[in-house]
Amino acid sequence: MITMTGITKAFHRGDVNEVLALNNVDLSINDGDFITIIGSNGAGKSTFLNAVAGSFPLDAGRIVLGEDDVTNWPEYKRASLIGRVFQDPLLGTCSGATIEQNLAMAVKRGKRRGLGLGVKPAEREFFREKLAVLGLGLEDRLKTSTGLLSGGQRQALTMLMATLVRPRLLLLDEHTAALDPKTGGMVLDLTAEIVESQNLSALMVTHNMAQAISLGNRLIMFHRGEIVMDIAGEEKRNLKVEDLLLRFSELRGEEGFSDRMLLC
Amino acid sequence: MTTYALLGALEQGFAYGLMVIGVYLTFRVLDFPDLTVDGSLPLGASVSAVAITAGHSSVTAIFMATAAGFVAGAVTGILNTKFKILHLLASILTMIALYSINLRIMGRPNMTLLGQDTVVDWFAGVSGLVAYVSTPILFGLICVVAVAALIWFLHTELGLAFLATGDNKQMITSQGVNTDSIVIFGVGLSNALVAASGALVAQNQGAADVNMGVGTIIAGLASVIIGETVFGDKTISRALIAALLGSVLYRVAIALALGLKLGSFSITPSDLNLITALLVVVALVMPQMKRKMMAGRAK
Repeated sequence: MITMTGITKAFHRGDVNEVLALNNVDLSINDGDFITIIGSNGAGKSTFLNAVAGSFPLDAGRIVLGEDDVTNWPEYKRASLIGRVFQDPLLGTCSGATIEQNLAMAVKRGKRRGLGLGVKPAEREFFREKLAVLGLGLEDRLKTSTGLLSGGQRQALTMLMATLVRPRLLLLDEHTAALDPKTGGMVLDLTAEIVESQNLSALMVTHNMAQAISLGNRLIMFHRGEIVMDIAGEEKRNLKVEDLLLRFSELRGEEGFSDRMLLC
Repeated sequence: MTTYALLGALEQGFAYGLMVIGVYLTFRVLDFPDLTVDGSLPLGASVSAVAITAGHSSVTAIFMATAAGFVAGAVTGILNTKFKILHLLASILTMIALYSINLRIMGRPNMTLLGQDTVVDWFAGVSGLVAYVSTPILFGLICVVAVAALIWFLHTELGLAFLATGDNKQMITSQGVNTDSIVIFGVGLSNALVAASGALVAQNQGAADVNMGVGTIIAGLASVIIGETVFGDKTISRALIAALLGSVLYRVAIALALGLKLGSFSITPSDLNLITALLVVVALVMPQMKRKMMAGRAK
């Protein structure tokens, strides 16, 4: 069980440009929940993921991952419980290091790093097995520098690294948005497979509503820093893209209405 | 170039070799331009000179210098990571502070080691060779040991985190590494090497001077860049060895430049900082020029 309560974050506080990016957000995630997150630009989706990951301190709120209250943990410490894949394929892997070195760093997530050999010969077989699942032929290129891989390959590798040590929560921030549709589809299939086989709890931000509906067992919509929709199970399965579009235009309509009131 | 002059250049190249490796660690591996070195080189020299004068052995003096250098580098690292001061400015602050500290340590601007036992005398005695042969061998051995230790370290679990910190902070943070600690330790380690180099230089030339650090960073950069250009930097092991050899090449180049005579004009040691700065500018501009020329040809 993962609970986030009263998550609040404002940027440029006390300034004319103050933005309330997250407004008292509550979310409970059951074990094995795969939640897709949608919302228009600036709705607070990515900010929410970054808040959970610990990229910045919160103005208010609590985050409890299982038995650990991580609210005051710095980002690197939370990483022991959280796996992350970013929108930018370059962010998740270390370009200067080889594939096996990257995996070796991921194997140590949340563990003490000492003066033992970085890439242990015994681990190579394990790496090969894991890479073979990706179906990209990377298992034969352990000593290739990651900088030489394509965006899709790097994103698949990042996906693998984020889950090599089972995370309590997996955060996916539009991780296929920077890829071409075919590669994006491949990474998405891989995501679904890994999340299901490891029975992970995951949050996935996406702009693609068809993806948001087809993947996962729960869907939430952000609007102006708040969760305005949270549906699961049967209701989600019956959801259509049109329903979401309708909801979007409703939200926009509300905005228009208030603007009109202001102008009267 | 005479054998004598070549041995002299080797001796200088290896004496400053540890400094160059330190500069390589911050500048290239950690991506942290660190000017602390201009202060930590004389710091190492001062500490070792005072320690020897106080009756400690010359080897103990080098270790004390190394420890002092580590502290100086760690201060720069803390200023940058904990207090969010820009890395360049943080290192300049430490460098300036070290000027006063070095004067305090020695109690005067310079200190001679005449008549004191140094590692140079000790090794000449042990090896039975003349000093101008034994000293490059001693300094060369020290550098080889340091490079080997670093190559080993950078292949450990912690070493990989160290490499990743300079390459992609977000990635290694997401893998659970506290990059602040790595930066503090890394800049400390770098300056420990630089201070050790300062101790060797002081014991070799028989004196420590508060101004001996001026231009250290530029000499270090020049050596690193020469090494990369001539010997390549494909792997981390190769790049470290290249940095050390770059230090030697740089001192050889300087020795050659000093022997240069154009009519009545000859280069004096006081011109070296200018020449080195030009060398670094050329090395930094060359890759851009090359790219532009290639792009021009492609049209």
